[in-house]
Amino acid sequence: MSNDKIIEVKDLKKHFRIKSEGATESTSLLKAVDGITFDVLEGEILGVVGESGCGKSTMGKTVLRLYDKTEGEVLYRGEDLFAKSEVQMKEMTRKMQMIFQDPYSSLNPRKKVAKIIGQSLDIHKIGTSAERLDRVKYLMEEVGLNPKFRSRYPHQFSGGQRQRIGIARSLALQPEFIVCDEAVSALDVSVQAQILNLLLDLQERHSFTYMFIAHDLGVVEFISTRILVMYLGRIVEIATKEELVNRHVHPYTKALFIASPVVSPRDRKEGKHLFQGDVPSPINPPSGCHFHPRCPYAVEKCKHAYPPLKEISPGHSAACWVVQNDI
Amino acid sequence: MQNNQTSQEIIKDPTPLQETWYNLKKNKGAMVGMTIILIFIFMAIFAPLISPFDPLAQIIEDRKTPMFTNGHVFGTDDLGRDMLSRLIYGARISMAIGVISVGISLVFGILIGVTSAYFGGIYDKIVMRIIDIMLAFPYILLTIVIVSVLGPSLMNAMVAIGISQIPRYARVVRASVLAEKEADYVLAERALGAGNFELMFLTILPNCLSPTIVQATLGVGEAILSSAGLSFLGLGAQPPTPEWGLMIASSKEFITNAWWIVTLPGIAILLAVLGFNLFGDGLRDILDPKMRN
Amino acid sequence: MNQHEKETLLSIEDLNFSFTTQRGIVRAVRDLSINIKKGETLTLVGESGCGKSVTAHAINQLNPMPPGHVDSGKIVFNGTDLLTLKKSEIEALRGTQISMIFQEPMTALNPVFTVGSQIADVFLTHQDMTKQEAMEKAVELFRLVKIPAPERRVHSYPHQLSGGMRQRAMIAMALASPNPGLMIADEPTTALDVTIQAQILDLLQDLKQHIEMSILLITHDMGVVAEMADRVVVMYAGRKVEEADADSIFHNPHHPYTLGLLNSLPSNKKYKGARRLEAIDGTVPDLLTIGEGCPFANRCVYQTGECSRSFPKETIISESHSVWCHNYQAVKTENRQ
Repeated sequence: MSNDKIIEVKDLKKHFRIKSEGATESTSLLKAVDGITFDVLEGEILGVVGESGCGKSTMGKTVLRLYDKTEGEVLYRGEDLFAKSEVQMKEMTRKMQMIFQDPYSSLNPRKKVAKIIGQSLDIHKIGTSAERLDRVKYLMEEVGLNPKFRSRYPHQFSGGQRQRIGIARSLALQPEFIVCDEAVSALDVSVQAQILNLLLDLQERHSFTYMFIAHDLGVVEFISTRILVMYLGRIVEIATKEELVNRHVHPYTKALFIASPVVSPRDRKEGKHLFQGDVPSPINPPSGCHFHPRCPYAVEKCKHAYPPLKEISPGHSAACWVVQNDI
Repeated sequence: MQNNQTSQEIIKDPTPLQETWYNLKKNKGAMVGMTIILIFIFMAIFAPLISPFDPLAQIIEDRKTPMFTNGHVFGTDDLGRDMLSRLIYGARISMAIGVISVGISLVFGILIGVTSAYFGGIYDKIVMRIIDIMLAFPYILLTIVIVSVLGPSLMNAMVAIGISQIPRYARVVRASVLAEKEADYVLAERALGAGNFELMFLTILPNCLSPTIVQATLGVGEAILSSAGLSFLGLGAQPPTPEWGLMIASSKEFITNAWWIVTLPGIAILLAVLGFNLFGDGLRDILDPKMRN
Repeated sequence: MNQHEKETLLSIEDLNFSFTTQRGIVRAVRDLSINIKKGETLTLVGESGCGKSVTAHAINQLNPMPPGHVDSGKIVFNGTDLLTLKKSEIEALRGTQISMIFQEPMTALNPVFTVGSQIADVFLTHQDMTKQEAMEKAVELFRLVKIPAPERRVHSYPHQLSGGMRQRAMIAMALASPNPGLMIADEPTTALDVTIQAQILDLLQDLKQHIEMSILLITHDMGVVAEMADRVVVMYAGRKVEEADADSIFHNPHHPYTLGLLNSLPSNKKYKGARRLEAIDGTVPDLLTIGEGCPFANRCVYQTGECSRSFPKETIISESHSVWCHNYQAVKTENRQ
């Protein structure tokens, strides 16, 4: 793994205006992604973990410019994605791809598998139709699908096979960078394991860079080389996997690790020290550090000011006043 | 190697078309409707071959022949034209009215519906307010206004019916595109580099067809009825066209002494409209996911 | 805790449940027998389509019938066969002695009434008390399930509560019945965030300390099993393949599928530093075309000719551990710990 940055995200914000329900029609601002800065390094698997509403999926889609940004920058090898024209952006789709969560809704039900997988080749007018067909067959084999099923429709496949179709589709243009948005979350455990192995095989073969977004800490911990933890639109901690697993410092990261189910009944703990309270709505997040109402270590300062993401040891940053000893 | 096994077993599901047919067969109303429609379509296509007489030929000595006499199964009208032949040719006209006027509303309805749902924003707001205004006019009044402007003729009646029905199609299409455009597969194809045109018409639209097909089927029945109404008022087909509405209009004074001249075209209209409505309702039951269990 | 001295609360005997679909008959549950003793937590674990939810819903007859139908079997609860009861009698049992919590509580709560009044209703139907008293009892239950500010929360409508709070309200409602003998929890935490899931599981464990109640927990998540189960039934494609106490399932699995499930978990301790998982190949067979053999045979590395011919008989490993596998010995020797 080299240390070249493939993606640089600088103070990225993505806000949605939403109509609130109720007697009076008013709009409020959902700050799905609210000022995050990080890099994705060439060849790494950057795991992004957080609970629902933390903005991880929105962040993944904004990084690929599938959503427009509100503020900030995304650089792909130094080039600003949001400064690109539509034609230039179309070129960029050859380098950056996405694998979606739901293998049911992410495949067009009216298209045959060969058409789905080969669609990007059609769009970018790559090769002759015979070459495209060969490529589709090759891709199907590469993801473990029998090429003779290429003229079937998505609903004729099981969930795991459909996810393989989605993966083949994203490989067609030979991208460098792939965002996997909860790519295994909707799958049964045994199928999830197959797909995780497949993603790792493909990464080794093609030296992809992945951004792997998931809510399941166990999965992220297994697949990632570096992990980024998000809470309500912001990064709370980022470090290499070994560092984060063994020496996580942010109270929210701790909460996630404590809450993760045990792997054997022998590890059950009576009266675990669980963090209380609900995940607040991202529409009106708590003032100051968003985690302070649930945080047992919170001090007065946490209620007023959001802590910046600061390096606490090389390659390990956290956004917490208490950890940074700045109270 | 482990992966290759996975693809060997495949779920054998019926295709969507097979499934629709299976459900359709269970729906008695839809089957009755479909049979009626098929009979009318058959009549329309093979009219010259199956009609016993020329629908326009006047046989003066046979005027107002009652049913089942002199080889006129359904009798003749006040000018001695064979009723059965006129009804058969009338089917041809009615089917054409249905197809052409629904075609007009479909094309424009889809264009308006897809674009306003897809682009949203101020464009959507303006288009939808215009649609609202059109919907605020009573439908038949709007049609009459349009025909009056264009001048009374069968073709203009079809155009008028087509135009006045556009808002309904636009609404139906817009609603389903709005629901469909958020689906992951649309985002996925955008991520592959697909442009707006491709996304709108090749990706989203095919997935919005079910409600549109239902609306169009019901619309054919309605168009036949409206055109009969316009012709009855003298705004549609002109004599001697064997149009059902016109046939009723021009023979209404004979209702007491030659009832079949008035009644039979009425029954033909009733059957055609009933057929399309039964079939359309059946399709709705089958294609609407909310009605499925 | 000695399970064997405890009384059986519910026993399912040789249940066969199938659905008639346009493609044919789907045998969703086959020859299933399970026992739930008083006060224990039994987990039904398996992947989608294994029949775990159908089994749970068969108990209080929540499966749609038709297309579903019971082909044979008995479901005996406190001495009565539930399958012989009339509709009204089953409805009386639901919410009194058998309560249920669902994956998405929003579907089970009535959106137009406050959660408090829905719980009070349970008291009013089964017990003689005034509205005032019922409401007070509802507040008490809210406190029991650790909903903050219960006096205020009882007046909330379901949509005003967060997912975790709604699930707590559902649990409170289940506890409102006069004799909560059996609680069926169908994927109760699947829709929840992990920190909230931990709170709800903790709450359920806590409640069991105070209330004599059996829980039938349906889940696909081995982590939830590890946290909650006393006993575990592993299901695959409508069949029970292994049944044991929780510790044996995790540390001495005898069925290749149980072993495969455990190996599929990325959080399994054996994968520290590993870059590949030992995944189970293949996919779940189509329940329409499945034969009489072991349904796992096509994915099983220990498969022999016998496996596709007949479904194995029960092999008793120990008092609390049974397995249904022709070649369980092969599995055992390879993975003895």
